[in-house]
Amino acid sequence: MSEVVLETRDLVKYFPLTRGILFKSKYGDVKAVDGINLQLHRGETLGVVGESGCGKSTLAKLLVGLEKPTSGSIVVRGQDHARLSGEEMRRARRNIQLVMQDPYTSLNPRMTVGDIVSEPFQIHPDVAPKGETRKRVHELLELVGLNPDHINRYPHQFSGGQRQRIGIARALALKPEIILCDEPVSALDVSIQAQVMNLLEELQNELGLSYIFIAHDLSVVRHIADRVAVMYLGKVVEIGSDIQIYDHPTHPYTQALLSAVPVPDPTLRGHRDQIVLQGDVPSPANPPSGCRFRTRCWKAQEICTTTEPPLQPWPKSVHPSACHFAEERDVIHATH
Amino acid sequence: MASTTEIQTRLDPSIPGTDPHAALLAVEDLRVEFRTRIGVAKAINGVSFEVNSGETLAILGESGCGKSVTAQAIMGIIDSPPGFVTGGRIKYRGVDLLKRSKEERRQIRGNKIAMIFQDALSALNPVFTVSFQLTELFRKHRGMTRADGKKRAIELLDLVKIPAARQRVNDFPHQFSGGMRQRVMIAMSLALDPELLIADEPTTALDVTVQAQIMALLRDLQRERNMGLILITHDMGVVADVADRINVMYAGRIVEKAPVYDIYAKPSHPYTKALLESIPRVDLKGQQLNVIKGLPPSLVRIPAGCAFSPRCRFVQDVCKADPPPPLYDVKPGITSACHFWEEVRGDE
Repeated sequence: MSEVVLETRDLVKYFPLTRGILFKSKYGDVKAVDGINLQLHRGETLGVVGESGCGKSTLAKLLVGLEKPTSGSIVVRGQDHARLSGEEMRRARRNIQLVMQDPYTSLNPRMTVGDIVSEPFQIHPDVAPKGETRKRVHELLELVGLNPDHINRYPHQFSGGQRQRIGIARALALKPEIILCDEPVSALDVSIQAQVMNLLEELQNELGLSYIFIAHDLSVVRHIADRVAVMYLGKVVEIGSDIQIYDHPTHPYTQALLSAVPVPDPTLRGHRDQIVLQGDVPSPANPPSGCRFRTRCWKAQEICTTTEPPLQPWPKSVHPSACHFAEERDVIHATH
Repeated sequence: MASTTEIQTRLDPSIPGTDPHAALLAVEDLRVEFRTRIGVAKAINGVSFEVNSGETLAILGESGCGKSVTAQAIMGIIDSPPGFVTGGRIKYRGVDLLKRSKEERRQIRGNKIAMIFQDALSALNPVFTVSFQLTELFRKHRGMTRADGKKRAIELLDLVKIPAARQRVNDFPHQFSGGMRQRVMIAMSLALDPELLIADEPTTALDVTVQAQIMALLRDLQRERNMGLILITHDMGVVADVADRINVMYAGRIVEKAPVYDIYAKPSHPYTKALLESIPRVDLKGQQLNVIKGLPPSLVRIPAGCAFSPRCRFVQDVCKADPPPPLYDVKPGITSACHFWEEVRGDE
């Protein structure tokens, strides 16, 4: 496999819960991200899936340096981003750029497209010489399939899909190696989704980018990702190649998640293995002891309450899965 | 003080002039426009369909195609101005709702036709408890006392499988999770035992595992009560799971009507075909996504002829000229608003 461009080691982010206004006292933590080890290789797309509240957006913020981790490290090009400060961090950020979910709020409505896409050059003046920024912006707009003549238009004059292209152009401006896409297509209509996903794939092939693709839509992630990590309550519960995760899932949560995804094929109605989970995700401020999924799991036994299953291969799971009883079960294809 | 007869009509949910043998709901040539500063947006341009008891009709389309406006027109909750119903009929058991008074329509809303909205947090009132909001329904529509109403409210929360209903009924909407909130909405819509339920993107804001719970609940309740269900959504996966028949909408028109199995096996309109080819599937790897070029048209400037023609790969000159293609009969139960439906289907 190609070289590792980004690695997280025991990455942890707790948000303190405080009481009082003047004399704040801490009475707990929201364990948003609780010990995550990931590796991202050059040119690959790592999908991160999970339901709301599982910590995927906090993970994204940590990776781009918008939040400081409580502990653990984020290593990019041998540098630990968690330990960098000021000027060093500013330079390092150049290498990881972010495409955000909502193209309606992530672009400043008072700036023209040209201003938005060239702003990174003002913050990092050494990337492109002053006289060349306009030319670079033209190139970037062309690269993402927008008409460079629209450089003086404002975001509201574009459709959702086009706005997301503007966001992608901005992310590409500093020639990053890694692009973090946080739900990049979930705000878009289906016919527009495919356009943006195809664009992301083309750009990856052309520029050799590595993507971390965070999404709740498992069909979208299957389409674009080479490897997939499944998160639940701040932890990765299963990680593997897309075929391992989608066709041979071994963690009960992954199986439940996949079985809940509706497949656009009415002939499969009633022929799929449907696991309907009971209840909601527990609060990350007070996660269950042992395995965090045990409160909703149909396989849970005594050991699950006492011992947290490590994320590792098991006798019946080739790829790492955090379950004492990890065992393959195909849930997305017709079973009978 | 209201007079006795007024209270009588308010408590009696039967609507004069209804024919029990007529279709549960029949929409005929409905037209809605929004008169805005930038021009008249023609949101619905002649939409007709029927729903019967025990049946699930899905209205499928992308944002701006008019699917939610259709629901609002049926319920009579379009903001006016700027929105106006400019033509057509909406018949509940043969009675044209558009000809009825505000008070009569209010009787039908909730009692006969109820609606579930996409975003339960903004559809519920944040400053009242769930108990108050549910009880209010029974007090206003059924003349129940507070205590009786509350008893019914708890029963309803039990019905939609909210655990510890007796305690939770006193909570405020923000104290519920997204899925539980949607259950409260469903409870509210079922409170007066409607014959027709309109669900406008009921699970779009929810996670997949919760979505599966809610759809299963809706399906069970519909079967138990033999309700008609209109499911408005853009999600072709959800539709494949629950719908009996599908109406595909584009730019304020229905472009294809077909039973669910037929539409997925063999779409008869280029838009439906392109949509089906552009969605990624969780059970397939490495499929090619077919992109639909361009954007849906602005409703202020809908193209002449077929509104989909600028994005269509089957387009010919006849498509670009008015009048737009009518709904051709393809097979019994299947209609398509495309001059070239035979080519689209690839029938021999």
